[in-house]
Amino acid sequence: MVVGKSVARIDAFDKVTGRAMYTDDLADSRAYVAKVVRSTIANGWVKSIDTSAAEKIPGVVKILTCFDAPETRFPTAGHPWSTDPHHQDVADRQLLTARVRYYGDDVAAVIAENEVAAAQAAKAVKVEYEVYPFVLDAQEAMADGAPQLHEEFPNNILAHTKMGFGDVDAAIAEPGLIKFEGWYETPVVQHCHIENHICYAEMQGGKIVVVSSTQIPHIVRRIVGQALDWPWGKVRIIKPYIGGGFGNKQDALYEPLVAWLSLQVGGRLVKLDMSREETFANNRTRHAIRSHITSYVRPDGTFVARILEAFSNQGAYASHGHGIAAKGMSSFAQLYQCEACRGDAYTVFTNISVAGAMRGYGIPQAMFAGESHIEDIARGLNMDSMELRRKNMIPVGYVNDFDKNEMYFDSLNQSIDKGMAAIDYKRKLAEYQNQTGPVRRGVGMAIFWYNTAVWPLSLESSACRMVLNQDGSVQLQLAETEIGQGADTAFAQMTADVLGVPFENIYVVSTQDTDVTPFGTAAYASRQTYAGGFAVKQTGLLLREKILKHARELTRMAEFNLDIIDGNIVRTTDGRVMMSLGDLATEVLYSLSHSEHIVAESTYQIKSNAYSFGCCFAEVEVDIPLCKVTLLDVVNVHDCGSLINPQLAEAQVHGGMSMGIGFGLSEQLLFDPKTGKPLNNNLLDYKMATTMDHPDLKALFIENAEPTSAFGTKSLGEPPACPVAPAIRNAVLQATGVSVNKAPLNPHILFERFKEEGLI
Amino acid sequence: MYDIKALYEATSVADAVSLLVAHPEAKIIAGGSDVLIQIREGRLAGCELVSIYKLDELRGVSLDADGTLRIGPLTSFSHITKDPLIRQIINVLGEAVDMVGGPQVRNIGTIGGNTCNGVTSADSASTLHAWDAVMEVTGPNGVRQLPIKEFYIWAGEVALQPGELLTAILIAKESYEGYVGHYIKYAMRNAMDIATTGCSVNVKLSADKKTIEDARIAYGVAGPVPMRAPSAEAAVKGLPVSQATVEAFGEAVLKDVNPRTSWRASKELRLQLAQELAKRALARSIQLAGGDI
Repeated sequence: MVVGKSVARIDAFDKVTGRAMYTDDLADSRAYVAKVVRSTIANGWVKSIDTSAAEKIPGVVKILTCFDAPETRFPTAGHPWSTDPHHQDVADRQLLTARVRYYGDDVAAVIAENEVAAAQAAKAVKVEYEVYPFVLDAQEAMADGAPQLHEEFPNNILAHTKMGFGDVDAAIAEPGLIKFEGWYETPVVQHCHIENHICYAEMQGGKIVVVSSTQIPHIVRRIVGQALDWPWGKVRIIKPYIGGGFGNKQDALYEPLVAWLSLQVGGRLVKLDMSREETFANNRTRHAIRSHITSYVRPDGTFVARILEAFSNQGAYASHGHGIAAKGMSSFAQLYQCEACRGDAYTVFTNISVAGAMRGYGIPQAMFAGESHIEDIARGLNMDSMELRRKNMIPVGYVNDFDKNEMYFDSLNQSIDKGMAAIDYKRKLAEYQNQTGPVRRGVGMAIFWYNTAVWPLSLESSACRMVLNQDGSVQLQLAETEIGQGADTAFAQMTADVLGVPFENIYVVSTQDTDVTPFGTAAYASRQTYAGGFAVKQTGLLLREKILKHARELTRMAEFNLDIIDGNIVRTTDGRVMMSLGDLATEVLYSLSHSEHIVAESTYQIKSNAYSFGCCFAEVEVDIPLCKVTLLDVVNVHDCGSLINPQLAEAQVHGGMSMGIGFGLSEQLLFDPKTGKPLNNNLLDYKMATTMDHPDLKALFIENAEPTSAFGTKSLGEPPACPVAPAIRNAVLQATGVSVNKAPLNPHILFERFKEEGLI
Repeated sequence: MYDIKALYEATSVADAVSLLVAHPEAKIIAGGSDVLIQIREGRLAGCELVSIYKLDELRGVSLDADGTLRIGPLTSFSHITKDPLIRQIINVLGEAVDMVGGPQVRNIGTIGGNTCNGVTSADSASTLHAWDAVMEVTGPNGVRQLPIKEFYIWAGEVALQPGELLTAILIAKESYEGYVGHYIKYAMRNAMDIATTGCSVNVKLSADKKTIEDARIAYGVAGPVPMRAPSAEAAVKGLPVSQATVEAFGEAVLKDVNPRTSWRASKELRLQLAQELAKRALARSIQLAGGDI
């Protein structure tokens, strides 16, 4: 068995030797280079565009403006398509737009022979605007009289949903309840994957072929078809290796535009390579969410009623929209139990960069609010916060009405116990009580709730193809994408075990090409090993059955007495190797009586999903006069079911923790209140944590095999990023006694809070 | 791909001067870690460049006959940090430039480029100010020297006349003899960052290590150019080594610095940092000088 072993990733050697091919490596060097001309206002209309000076620049091929582009509107979110119009994503994007809704909106595009000419021409395009006032804050945008972004959405409210159970008003009439309330706020952050978004397009054989750094090739095919009003079958998307995505590339970004641009120059190869500045400001971000939580609690800590209001800043276009705030609200209703609960979540358009999917999909924001709030309640009650959590958190046996998710194991308590031991929590908690002096230490923690995949909100489907080679090795194809997380390796491990073929004989076709790759919706919602696992197992069993049928013919043994073990056909009654799988494949393929290319392909629709739980513990040192937090130690514990590859799982957790550290301590994309212009959309001014800002990251696991899963596994991609920021926040609270309810806990925010509390 | 109109490679200091005279619009490029960024950002797009990168005579650190420390402006940050004379005479400068960016930038970036940029946040600048560095400049009219305070004119502007280039950074013997210092870079993260505030302090203690004979302090990012804090320096001169002296130093700093609010940091945070860093850098300098605090 190779599932559960830390085998080396199958792409490791190609990646470290530079052989792995990424989009830019594949683009012909003769490609035309496109550059987007971006608005220099945050809200308004393009009145006119003068391209005359730009067209004179040597090397400029063609300039296309919003007045040349079709009016077609299309959705961009990387969701499976819904054939029910009520469940379709909001179609509010155009290839180029005359109606500007944020600073940097796409108003024109330059096609040139090289980068320098494209940049010069983009600068030389003169745009005249009708300027409107703009709004950057979600709650301000909801006010009557605020600048409006989309006519169809009054008060800029993209969506408002309610959630609830029980009767809150009746519940809070109980005498003796203690009320706690607080506002919690998270910033706009960006994914900062290493490879910026890049795509190129050209006509081949009557099709528009787009090679793109995307997580979701099959979805992008549909969206390009919709945007260009082309038959979807005439769109071919190819996804090579990509340098990370973290949800930013779970959207159609510039694939529709680059496809259209290619068509405007006779199908010539056109490349659109985003700069880092554009990746920050003109791709997708994480929604800033402001949450107001009110809890009514008995003096013993029992939660009676809870109320949530959440305001999610969508930015200028719908993208993934309300899904993020809605998922956060689900976690609020489930992670802690109470008699009555009420929630209102608003997703609101503003004139800032567009928010979309980002690692955690609403849960990092919700955990910052919820796990900060519970710590504040514990302080208010003078109660141990761990005890408060254990008393109220989702119990074993809980079943959710809507999605039928079940809490099968005591994952949260087990994770907490493991994390406490790992960081020596109790001793440190006691040691750091009641400190004085300018430099103080603290420990804190947070738990999290996460839900694998998207069923039953939308389709969960995965298809797989396996092809047996003459030597007994197997090609494996899935639509689920390798985006750096190690999916290809995990699928190869699964396939090896299902078939009984040695791991090194499984060849994963890493590139997805929508003309040849089976359908699947690909990398998001931490669904790859869970969703893909079903398709791998089902297809593997089909292939195995076919192989054993031929084995019966060739060995004359009963199928039920045959198995495939380590690449051989074995008679199970006595363990005799009857023939190698290679001999069988060669014999069958070249058979003069009935030759067969042994392949299997199948689609599995998944109608279940699985909770994923865990926690983070953090230890900090706070230098109060310098308003600085140093993270001394951090431990994440996860129950993501059975581990397919422990070393890769650990790496996943490390990456997520690192993102959580940045989210908690330093990262924030800022917009100029005077102009709406992004202020720090580069890796110098946007303070992503460096190696020097990280302690050693510790990743621990509880392995309760998920009963609904094909391989006992469930989500791990996003969960590690969810609990880190509130754990740090709670550690700072223990160290200083100051509750900081606004992330990131950077010196600017700490300075204000320490001053308010009289510490400096 | 960079938008560069022309690149002229200088073969000697004299050649560099004549190239600069022949191409008055040209910018000087040394390591390129700032110039190339400005070209990419578009600020210098389409520029002409005179490269001085191959002028090895401008590399290295040496002592003049009179004891003056002579730092070649093309010396990279990593070479400054590891240089034995720097370690012996002005170790704080090596420590300061070891906080620039990351290892790659420190291998390519030069101390001359760091100062000629005229940027207030440059990690070398506050220390050079605090040690009364003298800038030696060579141009069509020969060689001239000016104090670093006069070299910095405004943000991004230095006193290089047309055809001139920096050919040495000098620190006179009386400026370094008996002094020990400490630099604190305050930034939002621990690497790959530009200082929110940089504070460089050095002291000369009495023989018994009980009295501050002289203290010098300079800041980066407390104004448009790096600046000294003369009130603070005067406030502690001749005072005994004590915690009260350190506190007085921090207090006096407020008379000298007048930072502005920007999205990078508020004035109030900057003032808080200016005081706190001055105290910490002074206390550490005293310790390094053998004082007991």
